[in-house]
Amino acid sequence: MTAIESTDVVVVGSGFGGAITAYHLAAGGARVVVLERGPWLTGQDFDQDFKFGASSTRAFDFTIGDGMSVLAGNCVGGGSVVYFAAMPRAPRFVFERHGSIGRRMWPAAISRDTLEPWYDRVAEALPVTRQDWPDVPYAGGLWAAACHHAGRTANPVPVAIDNERCVNCNWMMSGCRFDAKRSLLLNYLPAAIAHGARIRPLHEVQRLERTDAGGYRLHYTVVDDVDYRVEVGGGAIDAKIVVLAAGAGATPVILQRSADTLGPMPAAVGRYFSGNGERLNTAVVDEDRVREVLGLSRSDGVPYEAYQIGKGPCVATWDRLDGSLPEYLRYSLEQLYFPPGFGTILAQVPDATGPTWFGAEKKELLRHWKSWLTIFTMSEDDNEGVFGPPPPTGNAVRVSQQMLGRGALRYRPTENTLRGWAASDAEVRDILERDGLARVMPWTNDVVGAYTVHPLASCRIGDDPATSALDDRHELRSHPGIFVTDGSAVPGALTVNPAMTIAALAERAVPAIVEAARQRGVAVRYGAPAPDGATAGRDAVLPLVGGRAAR
Amino acid sequence: MTFEAFADTILPGEKRFPGDVTVAGAAIGGGAVASGAVAVLRTDEGGMAPALDNLAEALNGHAGGYAAERGLSLDPAVPPFVALSFPDRTELVARLTAPTHPERDIWVSVAMFSTIAFDAAAHLHTVDALAAGHPGMTTMGFKPPQADGLWRFPEFSYGRQLAHPHPDTTPSGSPA
Ligand SMILES: Cc1cc2nc3c(=O)[nH]c(=O)nc-3n(C[C@H](O)[C@H](O)[C@H](O)COP(=O)(O)OP(=O)(O)OC[C@H]3O[C@@H](n4cnc5c(N)ncnc54)[C@H](O)[C@@H]3O)c2cc1C
Repeated sequence: MTAIESTDVVVVGSGFGGAITAYHLAAGGARVVVLERGPWLTGQDFDQDFKFGASSTRAFDFTIGDGMSVLAGNCVGGGSVVYFAAMPRAPRFVFERHGSIGRRMWPAAISRDTLEPWYDRVAEALPVTRQDWPDVPYAGGLWAAACHHAGRTANPVPVAIDNERCVNCNWMMSGCRFDAKRSLLLNYLPAAIAHGARIRPLHEVQRLERTDAGGYRLHYTVVDDVDYRVEVGGGAIDAKIVVLAAGAGATPVILQRSADTLGPMPAAVGRYFSGNGERLNTAVVDEDRVREVLGLSRSDGVPYEAYQIGKGPCVATWDRLDGSLPEYLRYSLEQLYFPPGFGTILAQVPDATGPTWFGAEKKELLRHWKSWLTIFTMSEDDNEGVFGPPPPTGNAVRVSQQMLGRGALRYRPTENTLRGWAASDAEVRDILERDGLARVMPWTNDVVGAYTVHPLASCRIGDDPATSALDDRHELRSHPGIFVTDGSAVPGALTVNPAMTIAALAERAVPAIVEAARQRGVAVRYGAPAPDGATAGRDAVLPLVGGRAAR
Repeated sequence: MTFEAFADTILPGEKRFPGDVTVAGAAIGGGAVASGAVAVLRTDEGGMAPALDNLAEALNGHAGGYAAERGLSLDPAVPPFVALSFPDRTELVARLTAPTHPERDIWVSVAMFSTIAFDAAAHLHTVDALAAGHPGMTTMGFKPPQADGLWRFPEFSYGRQLAHPHPDTTPSGSPA
């Protein structure tokens, strides 16, 4: 029999939830192994290329479910490699939400105020900065000007981008070749490695079982680096503590598959999934009206025609992030770029006489692609997603060598969710069709269902065991020593981009994980500075953890 | 031929030569077919290739059924789906991809691959596709890279304040 490897902590997944916990545990002295099912790409690996097999497909996981499709990262660094790096904090009212359970869904211990120091830690680490108007590309400027024209406010969104390095190539979804985007590959992960953490790419964790020693054994397969459908190896590793951070579309599936060996899962595992109330509208702007009504023009005299230029979402209107509005009617509207290959099939033709998402009129719509403006709604959905029985491996049955798979998620938007979407669609139209600026249509849900790049809440934290899979320390109920720190832990939609909140919650979860590890005999302390050595964020949270784990 | 006709229904183009029966000529300029839809469907990476023969048969079966239902007589010299007129192809594809159709996943996938051929030339390096005048990306006006094959846009911003920020913005730049 081959000896089974063992370590103190295994972290599953290397996105925000995984990289942050791996860093702190390794820096505190624990032996940490990170198992990541995707490839390890950096710098020059990030192709500006849509060809199948380029980083555009290697780094992604697109899972088509029933009524909801999820786009997520699939590489070392997880979603941070492919994200747009918009990093706002969630507004205060979000933490008071009731959602589908009829009472406050967040744990009593968490509010915007109590989370603020943990947000600060993330802002220091990546770092996250405010943008100024000259950093905002044409598309953001156009959205800002249209909002202003319609009597709305609009904000440059805080970002984890080094604007000095950014060339506004708009290839950031394929990974940033210029290292301008502050992905986890540039901060937490190298710092974790410097402290001895080992990262194993192409290792897909399938299930967990308990060991006699009171720890856990993780079974993984090793996947081929070109064809992810092909298994080239496998093994198991024992750990005293497990941190699950495979993302909200994958973590619950691993747990569901482990129920046979671990025993029953909390009822909330694989339920209450939220797509962050996400929705997209495509506007085709009238170039002449942009000049006449908004007074915009580029140096060459062209008013806009700049869909391709820029860096993801840079301007949002937060007028509806008003805590006095009724729940489900609060949302933000953010300008966004979705590159070809991802973003055109679901765009619908305004006033189509034939089919809206394909056909001759769709081709005409594509002829005006340079004049597109995409507006992204993040609203309060109703946590209506449920995961069905897990597929044989991973979180989906892979169709293509990379990227495309079929998953077991089922999502049927409720009246509440639909109302929020309808209100936001109407508002986008009110802003952009005013005075003939543009023609607008929402993306269709009829093709691959609703669509999210912000999966959340499939294993959420909470105070009520009936509706939350994790306690407020992120420990899986009735399975001590298993912690979940990724987007699945977030209780519900955030009305803004989620990575900053996922990251802050992961930072906040670390002291309890350290404490649990110490109880299992791991010599580990809490209190590492930011990855670059900065200490302000750490010094601000140390008093909060009461010296519990910082000994 | 069958998949050319399907892809041409998704994003139509002009006939490539007189008597081109698969491309219906329902639009000017090259469509999904001229953009390489069949090549994209045949790539190893896409994962569709092994299923294509069966899918063509299934699609032609649906076309035959559709024609019978409508009392259409189809040219026996070409596969039934190809023999349908453009409006009939469109109607049939709309049915097959409708939310309630049992095979919708499959036909949506074929539609996705057809679209990706047009808007992203997924079977070619993007630099090469643009240099060769790829019909789809050229129609969209996708800008070419700089001389080193990389995209950069030195001019990218109107450079001035264009709206008032929300009054409840915190010092971190976030909503309060
Ligand atoms: C195109 C795009 C743009 C986005 N833009 C923004 C933005 O601007 N702002 C923002 O806030 N958010 C954005 N997001 C969302 C953001 O990326 C996610 O919310 C965030 O990355 C989630 O973090 P996570 O830790 O939950 O999981 P992830 O970052 O998804 O990390 C999970 C990791 O686990 C791995 N994994 C999965 N299953 C297994 C397994 N079985 N075994 C081992 N490893 C596994 C995955 O490969 C992945 O690397 C964007 C997402 C996408 C896709």
